[in-house]
Amino acid sequence: MNRLFAVTNVLGMVVMIFGLTMLPPLALSFWTDDSALFAYHQSFVITLFCGLVMTMATRWYRRELQVRDGFLLVVLVWSVLPIFATLPFMFFMPQLSFADAYFEAASGITTTGATILSSLDSLPPSINLWRCELQWLGGMGLIVLAVAILPLLGVGGRQMFKAETPGPMKDTKLTPRIAETAKALWLIYAGLTLSCVIAYRLAGMDWIDAVMHAFTTLSLGGVSSHDASFGYWDSALIECVAIFFMLVAGLNFASHFLVWRAKSFLPYRNDPEAGMFIMITAASCIGLTFYLWLMEVYPDPLTALRFASFNTVSIATSTGYSSTDYYLWPIFAPLWMLFLSSFCSSSGSTGGGIKMIRAQILFKQVFREMILIMHPQAISPVKVGGSVVPNRIVFAVLAFLSIYIASIASMTLILTLSGLDLVTALSAIVACINNLGPGFSQVGPATTFSVLTDFQIWVCSFAMLLGRLELFTLLIVFTPAFWRK
Amino acid sequence: MSEANDITMVDLDSDRLHLLQDHLDLRTVVGNVSHPSVLIRAGAEDADMILAVTQSDETNLVACKLAATMFNTPIKIARIHSANFLAYPEIFSADNFCVDFVICPEKILTEYIEKLIEFPEALQVLDFANGKVSLVAVRAFHGGPLVGRELQELRQHVPNVDTRVAAIFRKDRPIIPEGDTVIEAEDEVFFIAPEKDIRAVMREMRRMDKPVERVMIAGGGNIGKCLAKALEKDHQVKIIEYDKRASERLAADLDHALVLHGDATDEDLLESENIAEMDMFCALTNDDENNIMSALLAKRMGARKVVALINRSAYVDLVQSGSIDIAISPAQVTIGSLLTHIRRGDVAAVHSLRRGAAEALELVVHGDARSSNVVGRKVADIKLPKGASIGAIVRGLPTTEGRDPGEDDGKKKARGASSNPDAQVLIAHHDTVIETGDHVILFMINKKLIRQVEELFQVGVGFL
Repeated sequence: MNRLFAVTNVLGMVVMIFGLTMLPPLALSFWTDDSALFAYHQSFVITLFCGLVMTMATRWYRRELQVRDGFLLVVLVWSVLPIFATLPFMFFMPQLSFADAYFEAASGITTTGATILSSLDSLPPSINLWRCELQWLGGMGLIVLAVAILPLLGVGGRQMFKAETPGPMKDTKLTPRIAETAKALWLIYAGLTLSCVIAYRLAGMDWIDAVMHAFTTLSLGGVSSHDASFGYWDSALIECVAIFFMLVAGLNFASHFLVWRAKSFLPYRNDPEAGMFIMITAASCIGLTFYLWLMEVYPDPLTALRFASFNTVSIATSTGYSSTDYYLWPIFAPLWMLFLSSFCSSSGSTGGGIKMIRAQILFKQVFREMILIMHPQAISPVKVGGSVVPNRIVFAVLAFLSIYIASIASMTLILTLSGLDLVTALSAIVACINNLGPGFSQVGPATTFSVLTDFQIWVCSFAMLLGRLELFTLLIVFTPAFWRK
Repeated sequence: MSEANDITMVDLDSDRLHLLQDHLDLRTVVGNVSHPSVLIRAGAEDADMILAVTQSDETNLVACKLAATMFNTPIKIARIHSANFLAYPEIFSADNFCVDFVICPEKILTEYIEKLIEFPEALQVLDFANGKVSLVAVRAFHGGPLVGRELQELRQHVPNVDTRVAAIFRKDRPIIPEGDTVIEAEDEVFFIAPEKDIRAVMREMRRMDKPVERVMIAGGGNIGKCLAKALEKDHQVKIIEYDKRASERLAADLDHALVLHGDATDEDLLESENIAEMDMFCALTNDDENNIMSALLAKRMGARKVVALINRSAYVDLVQSGSIDIAISPAQVTIGSLLTHIRRGDVAAVHSLRRGAAEALELVVHGDARSSNVVGRKVADIKLPKGASIGAIVRGLPTTEGRDPGEDDGKKKARGASSNPDAQVLIAHHDTVIETGDHVILFMINKKLIRQVEELFQVGVGFL
């Protein structure tokens, strides 16, 4: 039990910090004088109070966190914070069920971007800001934020950092101290967000929309304050800005950090994922442009290019914006986009899926097997970016893929068992586990997840957390061995 | 030794030094050459040159630095093996490690073998004047248009190519070529030509092979690795390494080459890796016997051309001109780069030929018509000793004095070629006049002639 208490102690502090993040929407609500002010007052007080109680009650158990504590803390942070994040929704919309509110909050924090709310345009701006800010916070990672702020996490912080950061190889430290790394990553994240806000504003959004959409663009979240998402503006310029920043956010932030420090673009060249990510995305955009044009979805190639590239980049990077209901396109196009979302974004980015580096390792492992069949005595290591990937990591990636596929299969089965049709079930699970957002059919880009039952909503919420914490971190807590002394 | 130098050897291993001392007339000192006291004991104070060629790069660098700081030794040569050091030539400068010349035997050997792969018909291809002109040894075979004919017909056969046959060895006896010398099959012909013309000249001596595409290398040591790295982009390379860990490291360093873990003398492995389809098999392990056996085996199993690295000179004589096409003696290949610095006069390159019996030399001519015996004279008028001949003259190269020590071999070549597009290669004819600053490429069928040649090219006192 000591472990739980020690973790709760830190968790309490994280909750208190999280409480402070309710201040911006509170301020907005106060400033715009919308009807949601009371909800934030109450949520803010409750969150701070709960955090305080958790910390004070367990202060005797406070100790340096160990590796396993780290996993537990990460899992607790990611599953408990959405509960507090639901408070403004619950207070403002009492008719909302807890399952729906939790889904909405988890979808925000995991940067999924799926929603059960409709008629977003009529919501108070502060509620929309809260949805977007949740995504922004979840994008770079709550623990990374905590590590940057809380010196207490100290040595153990490294383990938590690893448990939360996406990607198979996490041992490259950018700075000697983990807290410095965390700060640097958040600074870059914030800097990029700021430039995105300005770019959106210049491209034609108003300030509030610009801030909200910059939050969800850089976090590759995909929440929008409009039902029509980017279709609301119908502006090619805004879409171009969005494409650019989605691609930037789909790259490894460690590379951004190195570029910023070296003042040269060389680190992008040395990033083994960056080239592949850009190439596959660009090729898909061009390919789908031709496909849509030839299938006569759009009359001229330029329009086809505009819609194909925006929606493809948005889905491939697991953002989930849409500028049109792409589910109405010939089925190959949305399927291909969904497929891309499962591996396209880089490790260390804010995107979801199994990450480009794992895809590369898997592909090269297949290639290696073939070489070994032809040349039994060959020594053929898997190499990514010129350096050898240890077998240990190759196995880890293989295991990851198996669990990833098994999770998708089993959760899809559960959803179909509960009465959903296959396309909706499969696409909903894939969209949730990849932190993408919209699926197909009943949960497509033109509709919301509100058609699902509470049970189905919980399954989807679980899938989102599973995807954001990259499976192992979450699943390990459910193993008996984890709790053994 | 044979060049009458006084030598002191320093080594950590006293047994080995004793052994050396028994055979050779030199002084030995036991100790680590990177320690000042050891250098003092070795008499570094009076030394004209320190040659740091231990296995350890760091020791060599420190020894050179010490010699420079403590004794102001004029010439400091270090053997540097790690490419990492070589990538930063500035660390060798006079302000840093004070290395005047860097020698990397692995690199020299690699380049030597690379040439053989580029020109699979040649026995030896040696560069002069930063790669502007080459000396090529090739064995004449029936079927070459010039075989059985007089040398002077060469000009009619290949009218656009300027070349000069420097020497012919027939049954290991040298023949000084004249216009009416007839080339016979099995002759070993040495000719000098610009690199682009090598193929055209060789075509006269023998039937040409397909270019080398598939290469198998036995032994993933430094040489094997360097060679594989150099070849893997443009060739299909397979490399066999016996040691499991070494082969894993090898696989990490190589991008395209296929690394095989196994024994190069294992028939089954060679068979399953299609040895019969290989254009070239290079046995480059540290073990002479292993190299000989695997090369013989590869040849027997159908490899088109086999090359073996052989350290012991007795073995080299034994296998050369047998089934093994080319036996490479590392000492013979690399000695040239050392000799370049030891010789008197401004020597730009030395290549030892025919296991040290003959030598090719690139000399830089200094002085003017008054002070020098060669400047302003026609080639025919220069009183060269019998057996020495001028093969080519390269004009317009920068003076080699004060060159960067770091860029000794490959880099120098690259820079020389790029920064001097207008350096001119003149194949020596009777009436070619030598100017000051020319690089003269000389061929000597006997090493004993070197002293005379050096004296001939020395600048008289008046010049100073």
